[in-house]
Amino acid sequence: MGEPYLIGEAMTGGYGTGADILQGCTIAVERGEIAVIVGPNGAGKSTAMKAVFGMLNLREGSVRLAGEDITQLSPQDRVAKGMGFVPQTQNIFGSMTVEENLEMGAFIRRDDFRGTLAQVYDLFPILKEKRYQAAGELSGGQRQQVAVGRALMTQPRVLMLDEPTAGVSPIVMDELFDRIIEVARSGISILMVEQNARQALEIADKGYVLVQGANAFTDTGRALLANPDVRRSFLGG
Amino acid sequence: MEFLNGLVALANFVLIPAVAYGAQLALGALGVTLIYGILRFSNFAHGDTMAFGTMCTILATWWLQSLGVSLGPLPTALLAIPFGIAGCAALILLTDRVVYRFYRRQKVKPMIMVIVSMGVMFIYNGVTRFIIGTEDQNFADGERFLIGAREFKALTGLDEGLAIRTTQAITVVTALIVVAALFWFLNRTRTGKSMRAYSDNEDLALLSGINPERVVMVTWLIVAALATIAGVLYGLDKSFKPFTYFQLLLPIFAAAIVGGLGSPLGAIAGGFVIAFSEVGITYAWKKVLGYWLPDTLAPDGLVQLMSTDYKFAVSFVILLIVLLFRPTGLFKGKSV
Repeated sequence: MGEPYLIGEAMTGGYGTGADILQGCTIAVERGEIAVIVGPNGAGKSTAMKAVFGMLNLREGSVRLAGEDITQLSPQDRVAKGMGFVPQTQNIFGSMTVEENLEMGAFIRRDDFRGTLAQVYDLFPILKEKRYQAAGELSGGQRQQVAVGRALMTQPRVLMLDEPTAGVSPIVMDELFDRIIEVARSGISILMVEQNARQALEIADKGYVLVQGANAFTDTGRALLANPDVRRSFLGG
Repeated sequence: MEFLNGLVALANFVLIPAVAYGAQLALGALGVTLIYGILRFSNFAHGDTMAFGTMCTILATWWLQSLGVSLGPLPTALLAIPFGIAGCAALILLTDRVVYRFYRRQKVKPMIMVIVSMGVMFIYNGVTRFIIGTEDQNFADGERFLIGAREFKALTGLDEGLAIRTTQAITVVTALIVVAALFWFLNRTRTGKSMRAYSDNEDLALLSGINPERVVMVTWLIVAALATIAGVLYGLDKSFKPFTYFQLLLPIFAAAIVGGLGSPLGAIAGGFVIAFSEVGITYAWKKVLGYWLPDTLAPDGLVQLMSTDYKFAVSFVILLIVLLFRPTGLFKGKSV
């Protein structure tokens, strides 16, 4: 087996000049698969993902996308390379309409993006219904759909989601996970951080359990769910 | 007849002047609100930016007049506005390059930017006075009235005259065109939408590949145009004096805050709220009330709520009321 499509290898670093939050942590995702980062509060889950996206400086380790070393690239440049990122909060333009949000997602594209717009509307039919409504007026789950849709507009090869189901109801969460699986089936790799560890691992091809900025367990989602150590420490028995 | 006479007097002394003044304030406030929304600070140099742009326009007007160019019934200054905008834009972009960009890169707090803009204000202030002097400059030419008071009386047979100055009509027409163009730009073009996106959520705009330096540059260019046009319209309607433009800062900020900082629609509404309040409160209502009330109730005094010398107090009071009861303004801008 060759190298994973996207890999952040042995990453060590933190925000600004502060202490290192990540201690040699490795995160990888294969083409078209779903990788999930779980772990207790303060384990550096979001930090690990932001490191992969270039939002903090790594002191050690490297990030490679399709074999190319992108460790030195800015987040904007990584977007141009085919990475999409959905932040946990403030991930939409609240005062703009749903359609304008999606258009802004496609800002770096100079070609005709109407096809992608139609695909996003197919994936999230509710967005088509509300396309002329201000995104800030939508419900929590619908906003998350706008946020994911915005990131999909660049036609990324990898989609990174920072706690996409934070603050939405269980029913909406299931629905969002279904959509995410659909996105992965279309060939886009998914890397996400999740609080709802059990549900997230159920759909994960690969799971990473982080503790204090380092890999504690790494396995397939199913194996992690079955692992008594993981169950005892993170999944509540 | 009595009622109509009262109405004409009201239109002549309150409604028409307030509409023209409101349009000028609205254009000024649009500039302030755009800077607040996109560059995220209150630009105290805006009044003097208007003064500088107007000065450039006046100089160009004199030059055109010396060449014998004229627009007939319209003021020559309208032809000179593009020169004024170009001059103003050059000064603003230079300022951004040597002053604002330095602080923007350091990501300083908005309050520091406000103080920086006050420094810029003093520089602009001095430059304008150094070039054109501190005196009043009247640069309006062409036809003075659209309708004169005497003609109106002869036309309608009413006792009261209604005069509409050419400059008032030009102000309203120009403001309408400028506002329509601005809204079209912000809501329909790619660059305009990227400016709104940047104003709404800076981090996400960066993630979407929007270039902040370009957004800032386009914003300054629009601000230069808005400030120059607002300043020229005000100068045509009244007269140009650098100190008056510095004083305009207060009603303009009041208008932007009343409407809701960051909201273009609010800036326009705020401009008219301030203008109508100022003109209405400093107007002597004796004449209008004399027509409208029965003779027994006709007022003896002037019924002027406040002397025109205190007109700035009106902006202040409205500002206070809004900040106390609706801090985000009428149109839900950002709270100050």
